[in-house]
Amino acid sequence: MIAEAGLAALWLAAAFALVQVLLAWGAAREAVEGKGDQLMIALRRTTLVQGLLAVLSFGLLILLFVRSDMSVVLVVENSHSLKPLMYKIAGAWGNHEGSMLLWVTVLAAAGAGVALFERQLAAATLAATLGAQAAIGLGFYAFLAFASNPFVRLDPAAADGQGLNPLLQDPGLAFHPPTLYLGYVGLSVAFSFAVGALLMRDVGPSFAKAMRPWVLAAWIFLTIGITAGSYWAYYELGWGGWWFWDPVENASLMPWLAATALLHSVTVLATRDGLRAWTLMLAVVAFSMSMIGTFLVRSGILVSVHAFAVDPTRGTFILALLGIYIGGALALFGLRVGKVTQGSTFQLVSREGALVLNNLLLSVILGVVFIGTLYPLVAQAMDVQLSIGAPFFNKAIAPVALALVAATAVGPLLKWRRDSANALLGKLLAPAAAAGLAFALLFAFTGSAHLVPILGIAFAAGLAVASILPLARRNLRRTPIHIWGMVIAHLGVAVSIAGMAADTAFKVERLAAVSVGGNVTVGPFRVTLEEIRPTLGPNWSALEARLKVQRGNTAPFELLPQQRFFSAPPTTTNEAAITTLLDGQLYTVLGQGDEQGRWQLRLWWKPFVTLIWLGGGLIALGGALALVGRVRRELRERRDAAEAEHL
Amino acid sequence: MKAKHQRLVLGLLALAAIGGASGLALSALQDQAAFFYAPGDVQGKPVPLDKAVRLGGMVETGSLVRKPDGVSVAFAVTDGKARVPVAFRGVTPDLFKEGSGVVAEGRFNPDGSFTADNLLAKHDERYMPPQVAGKMHKSETLKQ
Repeated sequence: MIAEAGLAALWLAAAFALVQVLLAWGAAREAVEGKGDQLMIALRRTTLVQGLLAVLSFGLLILLFVRSDMSVVLVVENSHSLKPLMYKIAGAWGNHEGSMLLWVTVLAAAGAGVALFERQLAAATLAATLGAQAAIGLGFYAFLAFASNPFVRLDPAAADGQGLNPLLQDPGLAFHPPTLYLGYVGLSVAFSFAVGALLMRDVGPSFAKAMRPWVLAAWIFLTIGITAGSYWAYYELGWGGWWFWDPVENASLMPWLAATALLHSVTVLATRDGLRAWTLMLAVVAFSMSMIGTFLVRSGILVSVHAFAVDPTRGTFILALLGIYIGGALALFGLRVGKVTQGSTFQLVSREGALVLNNLLLSVILGVVFIGTLYPLVAQAMDVQLSIGAPFFNKAIAPVALALVAATAVGPLLKWRRDSANALLGKLLAPAAAAGLAFALLFAFTGSAHLVPILGIAFAAGLAVASILPLARRNLRRTPIHIWGMVIAHLGVAVSIAGMAADTAFKVERLAAVSVGGNVTVGPFRVTLEEIRPTLGPNWSALEARLKVQRGNTAPFELLPQQRFFSAPPTTTNEAAITTLLDGQLYTVLGQGDEQGRWQLRLWWKPFVTLIWLGGGLIALGGALALVGRVRRELRERRDAAEAEHL
Repeated sequence: MKAKHQRLVLGLLALAAIGGASGLALSALQDQAAFFYAPGDVQGKPVPLDKAVRLGGMVETGSLVRKPDGVSVAFAVTDGKARVPVAFRGVTPDLFKEGSGVVAEGRFNPDGSFTADNLLAKHDERYMPPQVAGKMHKSETLKQ
């Protein structure tokens, strides 16, 4: 019965979404004609009910997984009764149908959140926004109901399930998709806001202030998701890499780049009433990137254009939805953009000017990633086989990324509207000195072999100093929280770039076949293979190497890399053993043994690699502080306004 | 600066940025797109020697030899039409074994063999590397 109830909840949610579209139209007209708010109240309630029904439907799917109900196809294909509970729950979204249900659930819940908390917007614009959100939901409900129903029964029921891909059985990965989806779909709210504003011709600071918290929240989740995903790939895949420029990674990076640009342009709109049309455009682009990412990952097109052509129902369905929503929003934008009146202007040397530069550079990077991700697919459709890998992206993006770091350093030091170039040069002395010093030291130390990464570290040093400058000469206890947020986020960018550059320039890799008792050196470490022993886990068995690691004459420590064997489904995975030290990580992988009793060891010494994810964490923390600061300020303003009314 | 002008300037800047992005991407594409070959594609044809490419197919059964240094392997990649000998130094991926699909990233040598810097292996039809699945699918449709 649970599966049927889940499906019923899904259909009901879809019905409510349809009602919501109609109500939104009525409520918008009602608001424009000033006839009261009867329909508006109904619209808010409908949105809430739709959100609750979607959450209920997804909750029931999780319940099916927790109970290991083997009469449901999805559970049989992606779960196993002996799996730990956490992975049973994660199994609910570790597959196509379940993840699409999660997608639409987040979409509906985000709509409900807007209906509950949004008090800033004009009633007509809010109604149009909720209508747009429901219209997006309708398409994806239809997709679930007609092309990828997660509640399909299996008759007769299976004895047990096929298990979950062991690579996915990791706490980090279990919560990776939900985090990313919160970010992806959180951007749908910005999209709906933009559509609502275009429909109602209401674009200005109040609209931007209403949109900003949603963009911030979505962006925070995307940042966390991408950072965590990168770390997962790093320790789980055993290749020692932290970013592969793989289409699936790019699918999450593209919305992040667009959201980062949007975050900054929405600030210009909220603070200075500039960049109106551009902000609307970015809001459309950001969610479009989310949908394109979803399409790439979920349509099977990445596996093969040909495989996609064999079973095109789902892919075509999502593609049609993409065409309708993105095309519709862009057409609306094209029709109405002429009506969006010009916001206030500014000089080129100003905070706005720097933010425009930031937006342009982010757009360039986004364009490069977009072309690099989609070009192979287009080529493949024309029967040319090619792949585009890290060399392409690194070469095309590194120079733009360095310019972006420089813009990030300069922007916060400028005044709004206009600033003098001379004053700016004075402020830039300290960051420039830091960058120059870092570059000179590293260049003297390593020569020109790693020019780009060394430049990266130098720019990061400059940005680190520049990012703290906005706090100079301020009373730190009275500095608004969102300023702290900006400072910490920009510092995080510097930390992360420094980590990427340090690992690229200074990592040491050793690959050797070692007998038990033998040793090998990597960087400053001497690694001895003490023994190879079998071990057992809950649903795997493993061969484990006991490595004794010594750095100079300090106390030795142990590392235990494993080769794990899973029976359901039968797979071998490599469990790297990593030790984190203050100045980097030692990363060890156990390979195969050979007839002479030697074992392959693959060892990396990666100086300061940890900074990459520490920086990502700081960026997300900065975003969270900015969000808290803005929301608190808004609540205070609301309270003051309410008190003023009472007086 | 007048409002109209500012909008125009920003628009032009945006266009320039998009142009710059495309230019960057295309120039990098010229030298960085790794074309994908199956052994049948390179038989008796000139192959690029100076570029990173990908070679995909099945690891030929009986061809896998582990070298005495303990960290190098030699094997042959086949697509049923032809075979290419491949040399690789490194830890082979978990799912790398004879008879299953592999994509080798690296370069061709003048003698027609292939030196790989990286191997991507998958274990079954469902997880086949995209290009291999595409190729296999094509040769299947040709057979029918």
